[in-house]
Amino acid sequence: MSISTTARGLALAATAALALLATACGSAAEPASTSTPPPPSASVPADPIAVRDIWVKTADKGMTAAFGTLLNTGGSELRIVKATSTASPMMELHEVAEVDGKMEMRPKEGGFTIPAGGSHELKPGGDHLMMMDVKAPVKAGDEVTFTLTLDDGKTFEFTAVAKDFAGGNESYNPGSSASPMTMG
Amino acid sequence: MGTPDRPLSRRRLLGGGALAVGGGVVGAGLTAGAHAFAATDAQPATPAAPAVQVLGTQTVPFYGAHQAGVDTPAQAHAAFLSFDLRPGVDRAALGRMMRLLTDDAARLTQGRPALADTEPELAAMPARLTVTFGFGPKLFAAAGLDSHRPTSLAPLPAFPIDKLQPQWTGGDLLIQICADEPLTVTHTQRMLIKDTRAFGSIRWTQRGFRRSRGMEDDGVTQRNVMGQLDGTRNPKLGTPVFDGAVWVDSGPTWLHGGTTVVVRRIRAELETWDAADPTAKEFAVGRRLSDGAPLTGVDEHDQPDLAKTNELGFTVISESAHIARAHVTSDRQRIFRRPYNYDEAPGPDGNSDAGLIFAAYQRDIGTQFLPIQRNLAENDLLNDWITPIGSAVFAVPPGCREDGWVGQSLLG
Repeated sequence: MSISTTARGLALAATAALALLATACGSAAEPASTSTPPPPSASVPADPIAVRDIWVKTADKGMTAAFGTLLNTGGSELRIVKATSTASPMMELHEVAEVDGKMEMRPKEGGFTIPAGGSHELKPGGDHLMMMDVKAPVKAGDEVTFTLTLDDGKTFEFTAVAKDFAGGNESYNPGSSASPMTMG
Repeated sequence: MGTPDRPLSRRRLLGGGALAVGGGVVGAGLTAGAHAFAATDAQPATPAAPAVQVLGTQTVPFYGAHQAGVDTPAQAHAAFLSFDLRPGVDRAALGRMMRLLTDDAARLTQGRPALADTEPELAAMPARLTVTFGFGPKLFAAAGLDSHRPTSLAPLPAFPIDKLQPQWTGGDLLIQICADEPLTVTHTQRMLIKDTRAFGSIRWTQRGFRRSRGMEDDGVTQRNVMGQLDGTRNPKLGTPVFDGAVWVDSGPTWLHGGTTVVVRRIRAELETWDAADPTAKEFAVGRRLSDGAPLTGVDEHDQPDLAKTNELGFTVISESAHIARAHVTSDRQRIFRRPYNYDEAPGPDGNSDAGLIFAAYQRDIGTQFLPIQRNLAENDLLNDWITPIGSAVFAVPPGCREDGWVGQSLLG
């Protein structure tokens, strides 16, 4: 049975899922760009890290977060210890945990670990890339660039599109002293 | 289903027995069972459904030269959403909006959740989902690109037969969602509205339906709520006639490979239609109700002979019949109709609120749609039973490639 009589022939690549993603770069000194070919002298292999279906929740100011899936395409474990972004230079790697019967988000000790060949999911109500202080509004459809730092000091850059989203409103518990804040 | 104290009904026992006899006898057995026990068991026998899961998983490619949803054989369910842009939404904001919406559509049409999809489970049944975007006349000025607006992309002139209501008229952005599964349409509509909210507010939503997929062969002309076969003279999908009538090939280059759509909400005056006898109904249209054949022909697709006269010297097909008034001589002048029925809740008096979401696609509204509509508005016997209550026009950008987005040729 033909479901389309058109000559619309472009194949659906499985890579469509990666359409919004990102370019890995070998080091912090090498700017990420989808159009710049790798320098001929590049002998350092790209980090075995990729992202899939990454997006960021819109925010006028203050706190918001990015979600999606981090992939480790290499043969050894990766550990992300730091994140920054163009919208909020100050960021934290967060988890959501139950504290006194309430769901709270807080910095995740040791960062995010991605097993060899595995993935690490960032989702509302779970681990996420927390943007602590959005300076300029992150509007629907904006592209925000993030930089992740691995425990060996290498960095990885990607962009995430901003979407309006109702969820992900856990209280923030930065530690023991400050009062909880709401994100988004 | 069955009453609790009678878990194993006679009907089921009889059905089971019939099944054991063999496929050819099943229907007869079930029918006989239903008849035999009609007095005591009101539930009709239900034949087993064939394995049809395949309909739910079918997909229509999203990327391509043209947006899908125009030359896609019409799906069973549709939602047409029209938005007003919020003040201050400019070219850059429209670009952000169309990138978001393109990404949503590219994923959902292939059976994958949108980004930030709160009900990802609902994305798993694409059922030939297509999402088609259109730009209304005022979007161009909002983007500072009014010089790129096709000349005839403007609200249609008022026709004497019109009783347009603001709640069904106009709009800056059209999202047309079509699928063979109503819950798929619902989920897609929800996701797309969430990503449009920052840029616009809903002006109107029209939900429509056709015969369910699998009820008859694809390509069979559909009946509308008035019982008429509707769309017999449509250009055939995938033919040069279709391409020449529908896809823009002149005017603003950004629209080449795109089209324009006129969405009219046409109420069927079913109460007065009921009062007409079948001969009058057929005379008004110029076709037989039973099979859609022109009154001068035998088969649905016979060419109407508008000159043929009867023994009294009158043309068999009245000069005022719908098909005579809608007739065009050049293939380039034809329009492509892709209508959906609507049927809202009847009023307290039982009067129907039903009709047609008349979606017509053509290269150019001014040289194709308008002449036909003028002819019909001026004199069409069918006008006694139909009332246009909504009207909107949109330019439908061409399709995009995987690294692009719909509307990029205008807004990018």
